[in-house]
Amino acid sequence: MAMNTQNDNSHISVEQQRYATWLSWGARSGLAILAVAFLAYVFGWLPARIPLEQMPNVWNLSAHEYLQQTGAPTGWSWLLMIGQGDFAGLLGIAWLSGCSLLCLLAVIPIYARRSDWVFVTICIIALLVQLLAASGMLTAGH
Amino acid sequence: MLNGTVSRLRDTGSLLRANALLLLLALSLFAAGAYAAESLPLGSSMPWWGWALALFVTCFFLGIVAVPSGVGGGVLFVPIVGGFFPFHLDFVRGAGLLVALASALAAGPSLLRGGLANLRLALPLAVLASASSIAGAMIGLAIPAKLVQIALGITILGIVVLMAMAKKSEFPEVAAPDRLSSALSMNGIYHDAARNQKIDWQVHRTPLGLALFVGIGFLAGLFGMGAGWANVPVLNLLMGAPLKVSAGTSSFILTLVDSSAAWIYLNKGAVLAIIAVPSVIGMMLGAFIGARLLHVLKASVVRRLVISLLLFAGLRALLKGLGIWP
Repeated sequence: MAMNTQNDNSHISVEQQRYATWLSWGARSGLAILAVAFLAYVFGWLPARIPLEQMPNVWNLSAHEYLQQTGAPTGWSWLLMIGQGDFAGLLGIAWLSGCSLLCLLAVIPIYARRSDWVFVTICIIALLVQLLAASGMLTAGH
Repeated sequence: MLNGTVSRLRDTGSLLRANALLLLLALSLFAAGAYAAESLPLGSSMPWWGWALALFVTCFFLGIVAVPSGVGGGVLFVPIVGGFFPFHLDFVRGAGLLVALASALAAGPSLLRGGLANLRLALPLAVLASASSIAGAMIGLAIPAKLVQIALGITILGIVVLMAMAKKSEFPEVAAPDRLSSALSMNGIYHDAARNQKIDWQVHRTPLGLALFVGIGFLAGLFGMGAGWANVPVLNLLMGAPLKVSAGTSSFILTLVDSSAAWIYLNKGAVLAIIAVPSVIGMMLGAFIGARLLHVLKASVVRRLVISLLLFAGLRALLKGLGIWP
């Protein structure tokens, strides 16, 4: 089961290394966007649709009541309000939620070149599941 | 020789003092934060930044204890913040998913490069868990918050029992892989730094593992928690993956499962930057410190502390949901 060895990563598959590289860039850039957008929000560099002082009056409402009371957008409509601090903050969150899509896309060609069609299919299904979740087509609520 | 012994004793004394001091500090600050959050009525005069700061500090300490105790930050975040802060559970669950997602994304690349997370093992499980996490998130946002609170309390108390009773197996014996795991080549090699050895591994009972991941994904979406507490026992004890591979692969799986559920919360307006961002940053900074304190903190002490916190938070969630402790 065990073999003495040096600490190297030659046993890590090419697709796993590529996935790691893309994930690393995705996570770092997402966290940077998150931090910058949040600073712009709390320091007032960007105007907020709902003033921060009023947040304690609405954050105890359910998501449904919050949407009704504030008129905040659902789905991808927040992108149209990206110039407002409270929605600029969502950009980093969306980026972090979506960066796995790029990683999956990056490894599909490697599996395809190896004719590993089972994993090509698994990656495509994973992509479709993520896209379906991100699409905003699935609706639920109180 | 005598000098060496004295030096070692001094080091041991310093470590014990550091352990005790840090745990005392963490407990005091957490208790103070929770008490302050609990004692202030809704709509109190505490400004928004006071809550954001309290959230950041609480998440920072949760992050410190999350790493050495071996649980994800999300499982601590949802019951504790949901129980003691004035935010609606919808927003807490949305933020909880992002806390778990951000932690998993930050750790993912090094886990993959080190072979502690395995793509071939993770992807089939993650596809099923991602799909069911969407269903969990949709149902969680559709049913009354009180019902979610009760179910959350029961689940957290179940996790406490699981944490207190569950065994772990560093290198489970897998005599032969099952047909499905063979077909999918769900096996690999990782370098165990502690032993300076390459360990090769394979898994079995894959169909049952896949079925359980459907349930795990559903709970992750429903409660907005990372599901490492359930992923690791299934990968390690049921499927027979080595403990380190189970922990690493579990964390990587969360990058896909939590992102699916997070999209649902985001699209339904259940993510507020003012709650999510201080939580993510506080938890990640705390986890950063926690990872560096791994050699100083005694894991068993931290684990007991976390079990106690979860027991308290689970009871609080259950009683809040039942209207006994509103």
